[in-house]
Amino acid sequence: MKLRILQFSIFALLILVWHLMTTPGIVPPFYFEQDNRAAFFFGEPVKVFGVVVDWFWSGEIFGHLGITLLETALGFVIGSAFGLGIGLWLALSPTASAVMDPYIKGFNSMPRVVLAPIFAVWFGLGIWSKVALGVTLVFFVVFFNVYQGVREVSPNLIANARMLGATRHQLLRAIYLPSAMSWVFASLHNAVGLAFVGAVVGEYLGSSRGVGYLILQAEGTFDINTVFAGILVLTGFALLLDTGVGVVERRLMTWQPRASETERV
Amino acid sequence: MSAVPALALKDITCRFAARDGGGAYTAVANASLTVEAGEFVSVVGPTGCGKSTLLNIAAGLLSPSSGTVEVFGEKLVASEGVNRRAGYMFQADALMPWRTGIGNVIAGLEFRGVEEDEALAQGEAWLRRVGLAGFGDRYPHQMSGGMRKRLALAQTLILSPDILLMDEPFSALDVQTRQLMENELLALWAEDRKSVLFITHDLEEAIALSDRVVVLSAGPATRPIGDFKVDLDRPRDVSEIRMTPDFARLHREIWAAMKEEVLKAYAAQKAA
Repeated sequence: MKLRILQFSIFALLILVWHLMTTPGIVPPFYFEQDNRAAFFFGEPVKVFGVVVDWFWSGEIFGHLGITLLETALGFVIGSAFGLGIGLWLALSPTASAVMDPYIKGFNSMPRVVLAPIFAVWFGLGIWSKVALGVTLVFFVVFFNVYQGVREVSPNLIANARMLGATRHQLLRAIYLPSAMSWVFASLHNAVGLAFVGAVVGEYLGSSRGVGYLILQAEGTFDINTVFAGILVLTGFALLLDTGVGVVERRLMTWQPRASETERV
Repeated sequence: MSAVPALALKDITCRFAARDGGGAYTAVANASLTVEAGEFVSVVGPTGCGKSTLLNIAAGLLSPSSGTVEVFGEKLVASEGVNRRAGYMFQADALMPWRTGIGNVIAGLEFRGVEEDEALAQGEAWLRRVGLAGFGDRYPHQMSGGMRKRLALAQTLILSPDILLMDEPFSALDVQTRQLMENELLALWAEDRKSVLFITHDLEEAIALSDRVVVLSAGPATRPIGDFKVDLDRPRDVSEIRMTPDFARLHREIWAAMKEEVLKAYAAQKAA
């Protein structure tokens, strides 16, 4: 509880400093020549919150948020599915893995955000160009985790399952897949975050809907307050998503020992 | 005892390619070993002498460089699959951490396509037999080392294998838990007398449990160098039988054969 109070105090302090420094007439200008310049560059918290409240009050934001979240979800699901599938395949087939190795390395080291304009040309300005960007970002996080996870399955576990009569197919379902899934969940926070980044960056580069689009529009008219409002809403939802992922993770990973949990005998 | 042995390793040699390319390492050389149906055989030998290699070959997990393995008279080819008539209990933990206790016990039945209700019923019965009734919904990480061993035992025995291969299954347990587990194993074994090939480095454990003790030479190129019949009465209590004069006599005899090999292995390890 004490922690929460401290955490909130920092937030309040930041907003207060922001307010004092940007509202014309409170602090004499020391960097900008004119009093209202600070507000022009940094926005004013009261107006920013006004925009946020107005968005939610009028319901205008929900359509945009819905689109951004849909893009995030699709990017995450498709990227994870590809990462899981190809990760499993390459981990279980040493030949394929050796052949694909330079390509995987190449694609991974490429700054994939530069693909966004190409995706816009390929998939248009609708949601799919954003989903595609999210997929390329999510894919590698999940892929590397699965690849690593499958290759590190204990040989004992595999030998034991084989002795218990598991066929190749059953081995995949009973040993490799659950083991890989635990690594997918380990990368879940990262993957969801990146899918969100893909969606917003995609929208920012060209779209007609979504929170990224709102920010882009506001920037075009030098409406800095709306830009900040958009950033605030995005941050809030990113936090919410992360919390949601945490809940899902705890529910699905009950079999894993937690650091605080001692062995119950 | 039937004429056909449950398990027959014939003239097995096993060479591994050395990792640094400096010639092959011969783990096992010209080793022959049989386990009759219903017989409890222990294999003892100094550390690092290739005991587990021998067991993996018997399980069909590993292909010998030369020699054959016969299971009830049929030739076992590792490349065509594992030994289907054997259950294997590993030295290290081999339970699936993402499955509950009962989930682990019935894994083998699932692989064989047994109906879920039927599998669960059998699983519960086996949990009771190994003293884990009511612990079926716990995950392996929530159990103690001894409980995990019992779970592994139930997991293996539920399939009712004709041959039981055990690789130092109790070596990680403390002395008290270990003796309890040994007694439980003997009790379960006495019910239907499977053939058991039990690997251990502990001579006392070997004598207390088995009908026959086979002594292996120090590695490399391990082979059996002694074969001792253990004519102690059954049923046995492993902690009490250690006090009997017969046990002491057997221990002296076998140890005399083993001692030189243990010293050899120790010297080799020190030199390395």
